[in-house]
Amino acid sequence: MKRVFAGVATAVAAALALSACGGDDPLAEDSGDSGSGSSESISIGSADFPESQLLAEIYAQALEAKGVTVSREFNLGSREKYFEGLEDGSIDLIPEYSGVLLQFINKEAPETEAEAVYTALEGVLPENLTVLDKAEAEDKDAVVVTKETADKWSLTTIEDLAPHCGEVIFGAPPEFKTRPDGIPGIAKNYNCTFKSVSSLQPGAITTKALLDDTVQAADIFTTDASIEANGLVVLEDPKSNFAAQNVVPLVNKEKASDTVKEALNAISAKLDTETLLDLNARLNAPDKPDYADVAEEWLGEIGS
Amino acid sequence: MNSTFTWLFDPEHWSGPTGIPARILEHLGYTALTVLIAAVIAVPLGAIIGHTGRGTFLVAGLSNGLRALPELGLLTLLVLLTYVGLMPVVISLVILAIPPVLAGTYAGIRNVDRSVVDAAHGMGMRGSTVLLQVELPNALPLILGGIRAATLQVIATATIAAYVSLGGLGRFVIDGNNAGAGSPDGYPQMAAGAIVVALLALAVEGVLALVERGVVSPGVRNASKTQRTSRLRRRPTTDLVENPT
Amino acid sequence: MNIDWPWPWLERNLDDIGTATGEHLYLALLPVLAGLLISVPLGWASSRWGVARGILVPLAGVLYTIPSLALITLVPLLMGTRIIDPLNVQVPLAIYTIALLVRSVSDALLAVPGEVTAAATAVGYRPFHRFLTVELPLAVPVIIAGLRVAVVSAMSLTSVGALVGIGGLGGLITEGFLRNNGVELVVAIILIVVIALVIDALLLLVGRVITPWSRAQQRTGAKA
Repeated sequence: MKRVFAGVATAVAAALALSACGGDDPLAEDSGDSGSGSSESISIGSADFPESQLLAEIYAQALEAKGVTVSREFNLGSREKYFEGLEDGSIDLIPEYSGVLLQFINKEAPETEAEAVYTALEGVLPENLTVLDKAEAEDKDAVVVTKETADKWSLTTIEDLAPHCGEVIFGAPPEFKTRPDGIPGIAKNYNCTFKSVSSLQPGAITTKALLDDTVQAADIFTTDASIEANGLVVLEDPKSNFAAQNVVPLVNKEKASDTVKEALNAISAKLDTETLLDLNARLNAPDKPDYADVAEEWLGEIGS
Repeated sequence: MNSTFTWLFDPEHWSGPTGIPARILEHLGYTALTVLIAAVIAVPLGAIIGHTGRGTFLVAGLSNGLRALPELGLLTLLVLLTYVGLMPVVISLVILAIPPVLAGTYAGIRNVDRSVVDAAHGMGMRGSTVLLQVELPNALPLILGGIRAATLQVIATATIAAYVSLGGLGRFVIDGNNAGAGSPDGYPQMAAGAIVVALLALAVEGVLALVERGVVSPGVRNASKTQRTSRLRRRPTTDLVENPT
Repeated sequence: MNIDWPWPWLERNLDDIGTATGEHLYLALLPVLAGLLISVPLGWASSRWGVARGILVPLAGVLYTIPSLALITLVPLLMGTRIIDPLNVQVPLAIYTIALLVRSVSDALLAVPGEVTAAATAVGYRPFHRFLTVELPLAVPVIIAGLRVAVVSAMSLTSVGALVGIGGLGGLITEGFLRNNGVELVVAIILIVVIALVIDALLLLVGRVITPWSRAQQRTGAKA
């Protein structure tokens, strides 16, 4: 009996010890290094695709360099999922894209040109949120095909694809099916209804499905490194179905101190589309560098 | 709660290729295909191992090891190694479905009453005849039990197929998860999908229980019942045939 | 497009892998423990009273049948938790453990030979004392067998939580999938399997150690 108790007690203790290894607040992200004596703190979120995490990491490190205490809540999912967190204060800052953000808040927003989109955006944001300076860098959704497909059907614009849409299986993230500039927008602007839509995570798997001809066209972000790496063709969008998508920090007004504004605006000033493409290429390198390393490297290069 | 039922009973969600009935059919299709392939592989294998007594390590080892294998990991790895499509999904589902069928068949053959086998030998039957005409029919309850466990396992795991762009009932859970908690197509869709798949699992389990009752001959059924209670005294290798979902 | 195998990734990320592993253990093991503690009284009730058995065992069967992703998804609805609360994974795992172990405990207790309990009572053991010191220890082998299954399945089922954003090693699986990182995927899979099997072996060992009488019987050739 004593043996049994001893054994059970040991097992229980071991199990508790094992689970206690990670038991302290296991799902909180690590807090960044706090700067010396700064009492400012901010929580930064990111969407679930690599570029968003990289931008968020860049913001995080830039702010930490200025002495702000940063807590990272990365990989929150799609905008549909994390926007509530911004509204209720669970997260304070997130890198955003002007056009999609505008259409998320106002489905009917007609603006497509960069300045117009930004101005309209400022007007529709909830009370507690604001956007800082926009970067020149844009990362838009796009309809992308392989070189073979483009050659086969002589495609340069989405309009060219329209007559073939009925044969095309389209690959896109699940939320694309209902976004105004997603499937509905393409159907409306280009009279293009796909045979079917396959829900794929953004990134490697979408590119793979496109290359394997599992899907014949896909929604791939314009700064995705795999476009250049695989000779994919981005179809032009003459009817501006996809509005301008400047990278812009979306931040809680209360947290947008001068320090924060200065740091982030400085980043935005140096961020153009070329740079974004380059950063994505570095992320996509075969040895899979961490977001933190790529961010650190770039911040070092621009002297931040 | 209300919004979930609103979503669930919205007629729009019950029609068309993305509606609930279509997804149920897809889901059952993946399951049927998988269990069929798994049975074709595992029943003969389990029968031979059980009959000859050789290779028993395979049964225990596979059951244990594969139970620890995370289905999501296996599935995503296979997709990246091959392509986005039905094949990698079916392969990973089959891998997970084999252990219960294998264990059930093996246990069934091993647990056939020795006196029955002796009687067969006494009647002049040898080797494979004994296996096919005596052991297998007597093992039927446990084999069917294994197939039943495998089917439930597959129905549960097939929900994950939606993560790699396939259909089935997991589609509602994954899409709902992406749409965000606040949206009417968000959590309500997720929860509705979860409810339907749970109900489907229960329904299939019920049907299979009936089928098992109908297919197994009464003599064998009663024999195995007495065996099961006496088995309590030995190590319950076979009670753990069921794989969790 | 082929899968990438960035081996240097492993060395660089040992910290993150460690954190994810700790998270995973917290998500998987705590519920199994809780489930075990709840199952003992429930299993005892089932072994004692036919009515209890008649309700609990079929109920356990039903709960066991519900797919994990379904339960994980429904916990916020039924318990009002946030969408990425760890309880969303832990509650289903505890439910599965209970569903599995109530049956084991019940069967194990029922299998204790009547002569043994009668002898214990005759010698003067009070019922509760007898339960703790005679019946429960004799039931241990079967309970441990069930516990092993529960733990191993919990380790693998926890990774499903990653689909709805609840971490652990499943998070490495989804990230590896997204970034086409074969090393990350394989490391996560191997860790889950290896840790599960190690815990399984440990439980087997613990079971052997705390039931020396079964080994003694094996030595003398008597059957348990």
